[in-house]
Amino acid sequence: MCTYRTEQIEISGSGKGASGWFPLSDASVYFDHPVHAMAEHTLNIDFRNPAKGPSARVAVELTTASARELARAIEAALASAPAGLLE
Amino acid sequence: MKEALTAETISITGHRGDQIEAYLARPHGPGPFGGVVVIHHMPGYDSATKEITRKFAAYGYAALMPNLYHRDAPGASPDDAAATARAKGGVPDERLVGDVGGAAGHLRRLDGSNGMVGVIGYCSGGRQSFLAACSLQLDAAVDCYGAAVMNPMPPGAPQRAPVIDLAKDLSCPLLGLFGADDKFPAPEETAEIAKVLTNLGKPHEFHTFENAGHAFFAVDRPAYRVEAANEGWEKIWDFYGRYLAG
Repeated sequence: MCTYRTEQIEISGSGKGASGWFPLSDASVYFDHPVHAMAEHTLNIDFRNPAKGPSARVAVELTTASARELARAIEAALASAPAGLLE
Repeated sequence: MKEALTAETISITGHRGDQIEAYLARPHGPGPFGGVVVIHHMPGYDSATKEITRKFAAYGYAALMPNLYHRDAPGASPDDAAATARAKGGVPDERLVGDVGGAAGHLRRLDGSNGMVGVIGYCSGGRQSFLAACSLQLDAAVDCYGAAVMNPMPPGAPQRAPVIDLAKDLSCPLLGLFGADDKFPAPEETAEIAKVLTNLGKPHEFHTFENAGHAFFAVDRPAYRVEAANEGWEKIWDFYGRYLAG
């Protein structure tokens, strides 16, 4: 089924898409049918900059296990950064 | 099966008079042809659904798939457009009905049209096919594993209102094609839908295929189940043959 549910957040950073690097302003996170990954449902993230148009997007589609491992790795990387470097 | 066809991207008049992109496939020859509005799934106006649209033309129907995301991302690739549309909350039901109505009108005005138009939708489009058939005057409708026809979406999901309460206005026969292993809609839910339609005296036929789950028609996805899909297509040709080919 299509879940429809989408977590939307504002972000700041950069991403590299089909036309090179661009600043990121938004991210959509959702668990739904992928376009490319060989799974019925995946955890999908669209890193976006709507001001630059629909193609200003870096997309990933991750299996459930991969998504959980990514979330763990992000937290671990942030936790291991030397104090004072995190803004 | 006619085989020879022409397919092209055109502009049609959709909801509130908006000009939107659409993909038209039509058989060669003078007709008369029935028409089919193809509602794409949530991943968008993609090559797989264009292939489905061409398949209808190969079998003798003029088929038209409106790009439901055209307003959100004109000219964008289907996956980028789907991402943009999703971030905007998806396709409002009212707009869907307007776009399907515009597509149906376009099909009826084509040279060679026999005046009959059906609709088919997959996944989210299954619910939208049901919605369109309850909101517009159509001649045959096919719901392929649409969730949220009878039961509300699971907790936490944005509201896509069940459309079963519109069933009293269903304007045409309905063919439902479902997978026995699907959870949304599960066989228990589709049985409830059938019961409602029976009580209302609405002509319908539902088929639930074993060893198939959601999206079993999708030839480019791991959910594809060749036996269910082949049988499903046979059901579609039989159904549309009875209601659209006259």
